[in-house]
Amino acid sequence: MATRTPPETAADRPPGPASGRAGRPPAPEKARRGRKSATAGTGRMAALLVSPTLLVLTVVVLYPTIMALRESLYGTKGLDPKTGFISDTEPFVGLQNYTDIFGEAGARFWNAFWNTTFFTVVTVGLETVIGVAMALIMHKAFSGRALIRASILIPWAVPTAISGLLWRWIFNSDGIANALIGHQVLWTTEGFHAKVAVIIAEVWKTAPFIGLLVLAGLQVIPREVYEAARMDGASPVRQFWHITLPLVKPALLVAVLFRCLDALRMFDLPYLLVGAQKSSVETLSMLAQNEASNVRFGPAAAYAVVLFVYVLLIVLGFVRLLGADVVGDAGGTGRKKRRWASKGNRVEVPA
Amino acid sequence: MLVAAGLVLTACGSSDDSSSSGAPKSASFSGRGPITFAAAKDSSGVVQKVIDGWNKQHPKEKVTFVQLPSDVNQQRQQMIQNAETKSDAYTVLSLDAVWTSEFAAHQWIDQLPAGQFPLDKMLKPVVETTKYRDHLYAVPQSSDGGMLYYRSDLLKKAGVSAAPTTWADMQAACAKVEKLPEAKGMSCYAGQFQKYEGLTVNFSEAVNSAGGVVTDAGGKPDVDTPAAKKGLDFLVDSFKDGTIPKEAITYQEEEGRQAFQSGKLIFLRNWPYVYSLAEKSKVAGKFAVAPLPGLTGAGSSTLGGHNVALSSFAKNKATALDFIKYFTNHDSATTFLKEGSAAPPYADLYDDQALAKQYPYLPVLKKSILNAVPRPRVVQYGDVSSAIQQEAYAALNGDKSSTQALKDLQEALQKLSAQ
Repeated sequence: MATRTPPETAADRPPGPASGRAGRPPAPEKARRGRKSATAGTGRMAALLVSPTLLVLTVVVLYPTIMALRESLYGTKGLDPKTGFISDTEPFVGLQNYTDIFGEAGARFWNAFWNTTFFTVVTVGLETVIGVAMALIMHKAFSGRALIRASILIPWAVPTAISGLLWRWIFNSDGIANALIGHQVLWTTEGFHAKVAVIIAEVWKTAPFIGLLVLAGLQVIPREVYEAARMDGASPVRQFWHITLPLVKPALLVAVLFRCLDALRMFDLPYLLVGAQKSSVETLSMLAQNEASNVRFGPAAAYAVVLFVYVLLIVLGFVRLLGADVVGDAGGTGRKKRRWASKGNRVEVPA
Repeated sequence: MLVAAGLVLTACGSSDDSSSSGAPKSASFSGRGPITFAAAKDSSGVVQKVIDGWNKQHPKEKVTFVQLPSDVNQQRQQMIQNAETKSDAYTVLSLDAVWTSEFAAHQWIDQLPAGQFPLDKMLKPVVETTKYRDHLYAVPQSSDGGMLYYRSDLLKKAGVSAAPTTWADMQAACAKVEKLPEAKGMSCYAGQFQKYEGLTVNFSEAVNSAGGVVTDAGGKPDVDTPAAKKGLDFLVDSFKDGTIPKEAITYQEEEGRQAFQSGKLIFLRNWPYVYSLAEKSKVAGKFAVAPLPGLTGAGSSTLGGHNVALSSFAKNKATALDFIKYFTNHDSATTFLKEGSAAPPYADLYDDQALAKQYPYLPVLKKSILNAVPRPRVVQYGDVSSAIQQEAYAALNGDKSSTQALKDLQEALQKLSAQ
């Protein structure tokens, strides 16, 4: 699936709407060199203009990250058995927190790791399907559309902590969920059903988010494309697969990426719905919180760093493999090699 | 290395060189002026009322009530964050009874002069929760003990004259009640068995009520004993034979209360707060309370409750000390009881005839608190509680035999106390 086609060859590009229009003709060699020298002077100006932004980013993103990395190299304060007091300084332990995660606490860590991954894959998969369906419904022009839109968005507007409590009452031993299925499942005990409960609540809450972003993507698709397809006699299903989906793809990818990041950090829903320290639903964030709440900031930071690295890898994978246009730069200087996913979906007129 | 090095605090210069005996010295309480009181959000408004009383008398030393989230874990987190940054935002702290050791060991709270408080007039088990290594670090504000709620109407109908004092009696009473037509679909007993702090409480109660201990007098774990096994087995077997309904594995305080109020339970172990709420429900007038039953006689409850302590990093400690005295005195405790239905630490209030009329559960609660056993008083309480929940839950679920669970718990607790 990951065969890269150079932009010059439109060999195996899927028949997208833009295939006839050729995404961007490669600029001739000379013109490109000329542009480079023309922008040489503006480069420094640009750097100057973005420096305040970079400074702010450094303060609010880079500094805490480095502090967390540093903290993760320190152990927990020890207790002096003679006086009964905890020492005032944390000992430097190097990488011991990390070796502990993969060694001593390994079973618990890998369990949380797989839970996190499982939740992410399943919930994001379901949310994507349901979210796109919601967007298509919201996009249809029929009477009462405003009401439908508003009601679809309600779950997204409810804070996660509140929806966690809400679902806990739904999944109560004599709650609505059990009344509906007609026999008693104890949702908040250990087991696969606890995972199911978390997935249902999570999908209910966040499918509207994907729906919202996809709806925005749908609304910029020009009508003429559909009219042309209808003239050519394309069925609605074909229209969806060959027009709607490719054109909405950039918006959808960004939505899915955002959801992945959120799902990987999932904490409050399983914590409130099923409870702390339940191995069936324990996620990486819950491990970090558990350490921090027991005044072990070093190990907590180590867990957080591990999660951070995992999230980073996923994002890189997204950007590299799927070419998710996260930054929103349609120009893409220097990224000559691009997968078809982000090709052929930008309707732009070459200058 | 002298711990005193860590005592060089920003506030009040309380860094006297501690002597080599290792006994901590009291901080010097100096400075007067406005202070703050940090505690959970108070729905009844009684805390603010008591604080207003102080503010009227001390216009120059006003106390501001800082309301923390109602979730206990969040309260603890905010207080710890406040202490870690050595902030003087909180002066007087309202601590859950099980946090005393942790806060004292980290030197987040000051040692208090025991002679200046009427501790001898308070219930002994309650005072015990305020000490760390025999030094006073907090003063009791309110207490809390578990009680057995039961359907007195059904017991009477089934010909059971008195509330059961042992587990066997309770099961016998249930057998009689369940023969009644109106007891169709009812279960015998429930407590709090979801995997959270409430399970620690209920497990400790079962063990203590069977004559076992979780940690012995010296704080050493000693839970792998025949007595402790009898206690845990009561819960495990009750789940097996249906004495406890199987959905009770998901019960926290509120779910149990709902089940009792909707007529699903004959007996329920819960805190005093349930009393006034049940009085307004379908079972109003049909229930009563008794001390918790045990294996061979009365059981022992686990102590709840709140104590007030003085933050080490605070300013105006002289004012703070006076305020703690005022906040924990007899009058304040009476106000908290009357308007916030908080169990007082003072013994004589439980014997007050007028109050007993108003709060019929007071005599039972006194018994409950006097027989109560504090939860393990250890610095790493969070870890200890987690270990207890882990093993007790596995035993109740049937994932482990009770013998194995207690053996594993003993190992886990020993590892923790060795740290």
